[in-house]
Amino acid sequence: MRFAVIQFPGSNCDQDCVHALQVLGQEARLVWHQETMIDPEEGVILPGGFSYGDYLRCGAIARFSPIMPAVKAAAERGQVVVGICNGFQILCEAGLLPGALTRNEGLHFRCEKAYLRVETPASRFTSHYVTGETLTIPIAHGEGCYRASPEILQELEAQQRVLFRYCNAEGQVVPEANPNGSSHNIAGICNAQRNVLGMMPHPERCCEVEMGGTDGRGILFGAAGIGRKI
Amino acid sequence: MKMKAIVTVTLKPSILDPQGEAVAHALQNMGVKGVQSVRIGKHIELEIEGGDEKALRSKLEEISKELLSNPVMENSHLDLRAGG
Repeated sequence: MRFAVIQFPGSNCDQDCVHALQVLGQEARLVWHQETMIDPEEGVILPGGFSYGDYLRCGAIARFSPIMPAVKAAAERGQVVVGICNGFQILCEAGLLPGALTRNEGLHFRCEKAYLRVETPASRFTSHYVTGETLTIPIAHGEGCYRASPEILQELEAQQRVLFRYCNAEGQVVPEANPNGSSHNIAGICNAQRNVLGMMPHPERCCEVEMGGTDGRGILFGAAGIGRKI
Repeated sequence: MKMKAIVTVTLKPSILDPQGEAVAHALQNMGVKGVQSVRIGKHIELEIEGGDEKALRSKLEEISKELLSNPVMENSHLDLRAGG
């Protein structure tokens, strides 16, 4: 499958995403934020970084980039849209995912490996995993504390839209395993149609053995519509 | 007519403000007593060549919610006055 990796001024994981997708046998092209077209059969990746220097709020200005109406239209058409880290923040600002990402509770920029519990295989992004599986995926963010109203949190839980939660090495979702104070230890969610994923951890950084792990592969394979190989 | 708009953006009371807490902690370390809490927000000034004040006010309310603040976690307050 082909992916459009959107480059905003200040994106810095765009090349990593292209590389990871290519390593996994997918096609990927960089799309400058001033462009306005996304092909109807492409997947879309909003990569990590610091779009517009995180001015005002993370993702607040990127949301008004000329490419964003096309991203919104692609999401509405059911195309795959994945926002990673700053991309997740942009998706929330754009209203493609509910809630907001605020300053980490401990104020620290957390750059480390995080353990994630897969909450459900019922999405293309998690179809390679089983419920309760523990993944090790790097995080690198200062504003990843997920917040939403109690009603939205309830809706996310009821619809099984929380795909990943921070957990400890044993797979237990406990407060001590939460690196940023996110409500319900949320690390990644999808929209109601389950074609838009937002997550703070970086699956593109763990798709090769040389990079220290391959736990992110399933997420990108799943995004590409490639089923689980048994 | 020149107008000045001051938009104050604050985190909603239900949203934890770790920056504010860190500052409150520093004040405590300085020996300042009696500070109950510290909340940090943004002060945004816009200079505008304005026309109809009512229309301008409603436009500013709109951009305050669209761009200058994120209503999921922040409140915004608009103060519109004459002068540059």
